[in-house]
Amino acid sequence: MNFHNALMKTCVNPEGLWCLRLCRTAIVGVLLEAKTANYIPIPPAKPFQSTLRYPSNRKTIYDRNLNRTKTTEISLASFAYLFNTLITYHHSKSSSVSEIESRLNRAGYPIGIKMLDLLLYRQPPRSATRPTRIVELLQFIHGTLWRALFSRSADALEKSTTKNNEYMIIDNEPLVNTYISIPKEMSQLNCAAFVGGIIEGMCDAAGFSTDGVSVHSAGEGDEMWPGKTIFLVKFKESVVEREEAIKASGG
Amino acid sequence: MATKAARIGEEVWKSRIDKINAEVVTLTYGTIVAQLCRDITVPNTVSKTDYNAVNKELDRMGYNMGLRLIEDFLAKSNTGQCSNFRETAEMISKVGFKVFMNITPTVSNWSKEADSFHLVFEDNPLADFVELPDDGRAQDELWYSNILCGVIRGALEMVQMQVEARFVSDVLRGDDTTEMRVTLIRIIEDEMPPDDE
Repeated sequence: MNFHNALMKTCVNPEGLWCLRLCRTAIVGVLLEAKTANYIPIPPAKPFQSTLRYPSNRKTIYDRNLNRTKTTEISLASFAYLFNTLITYHHSKSSSVSEIESRLNRAGYPIGIKMLDLLLYRQPPRSATRPTRIVELLQFIHGTLWRALFSRSADALEKSTTKNNEYMIIDNEPLVNTYISIPKEMSQLNCAAFVGGIIEGMCDAAGFSTDGVSVHSAGEGDEMWPGKTIFLVKFKESVVEREEAIKASGG
Repeated sequence: MATKAARIGEEVWKSRIDKINAEVVTLTYGTIVAQLCRDITVPNTVSKTDYNAVNKELDRMGYNMGLRLIEDFLAKSNTGQCSNFRETAEMISKVGFKVFMNITPTVSNWSKEADSFHLVFEDNPLADFVELPDDGRAQDELWYSNILCGVIRGALEMVQMQVEARFVSDVLRGDDTTEMRVTLIRIIEDEMPPDDE
C-alpha cells in the first residue's frame, strides 16, 4: 500500500495515472507468470501511439524555450481571483478547516515537483548544484523558490531546538494571502497551505521525504506582521539518519 | 478609438497594478483544471473525465470571477460607459485583458450586424506549457481556457449586456489560433421591481 501511495503522490496528473496503470499491469503480469507451470508468454506491449493533434506549424510545448516566461508579469489580481476560486471549490467539498488545508496542500504538491526541476534547470550553469543536504535544500527553498514565485526571498529559516527533524520557514506576509480574509469561525485556516504543498512537493521530489509541511499563523503574537506564517517542515527519520551519516563520513 | 483604449491599458498596467510572476498563475490554473478533471467524472465511472461538465464548471467559476472583476476593472481604468458594442470590444481587448493578464488579443471577424466578434489570442498565459492528456477525448471535448468565457460573460452582465462567449478554436486542440467568439444577445434594461400595493 505504501508503494501505491508513493506512486500516487508522484503521479497526480492525468498522464501520470496512465503511468500508474501501466506499472500495475506489469506487476500483475509478473505474479501470474510465477504461479503457472506451463506459462503462456505475454505478448509484447504495443508501442504507445500518440493521438494528439498539433497546430500546422508543428510547434509543440517541447520546442518552446523554458526561460521564455521566466520574467513575464501578470497582475496580482488575476492570481487572487484564481486562488479565491480554488479555495471556494475546496471549501465546498470539505467538512472541516483542516480538510480544506489538506486539500490546498494536495493542490500545491505537483507544483512543487515541477518547480524543483524548473529551478534547477534555470540555475546559472557554472554554479548549478543539486541540494544534497537538508540545509542546502532549505536554503534553496527559502531563496530560489521564493524568489521565483514571489520575487523576494522568505524572511527567516530556523531549526527547531527540541526536535532534530523539524525546520521552519517564516514568511511575514505571504503573497498568496494578500486578498484573503478569513471569517471568524474559520480562524485556524491559513490558505498558505497551498504554498506548504509546494514546499512539500519540492522536498519529496528532491529526495528528502517529509512527514508533512504544516502551516501555522503566528499573527496574534506579532503586531507588526499580522499575517506572519510559519511553514513547519518535518523530515522523516530516515532523512535525518542519512544526514548524520553523511556528516559522520565527512561529507 | 483603438489607440485611445490601447493607451489607457498601457498606462494603467504601468502605474496602478501590483504585479506577480506569470508562472504562478499558469501553475495555479493548471492545478484547478487538473483537479476538476479528476473530480468530475462520467456518471458510474471512476476515472473517465466528463470534459463537457468540466467546461461548464470552468465557465461557472469564471462567471463568479467576472461578477467581481468588473468592479475592479472599472475602478482601475476609470472609464465611463461604452456607447456601442464595438467600443465594448475594444475596451475588453485593449484595456481589460491588458490590465489583468498583460496580453492584448486582437478583435476580428465582426459579424454583419456588428453584434458578434472574435477575440484572437496570440499568447495565452493560462495555457503556457500545457498539453492536453492523450486519451483520445480531451482534445475533442475540453476547452482548456474556458474560464475566460465565464469571466467575460459575468463581467458584461454586470454592465447590462447579456452575451454568449465560447471558444471556436484552440491551439491546445491542434488548431492554428486560439479564438473566442463573443455574441451580444441583448441589452438588459433596468426593470423596476413589481409594485406591491
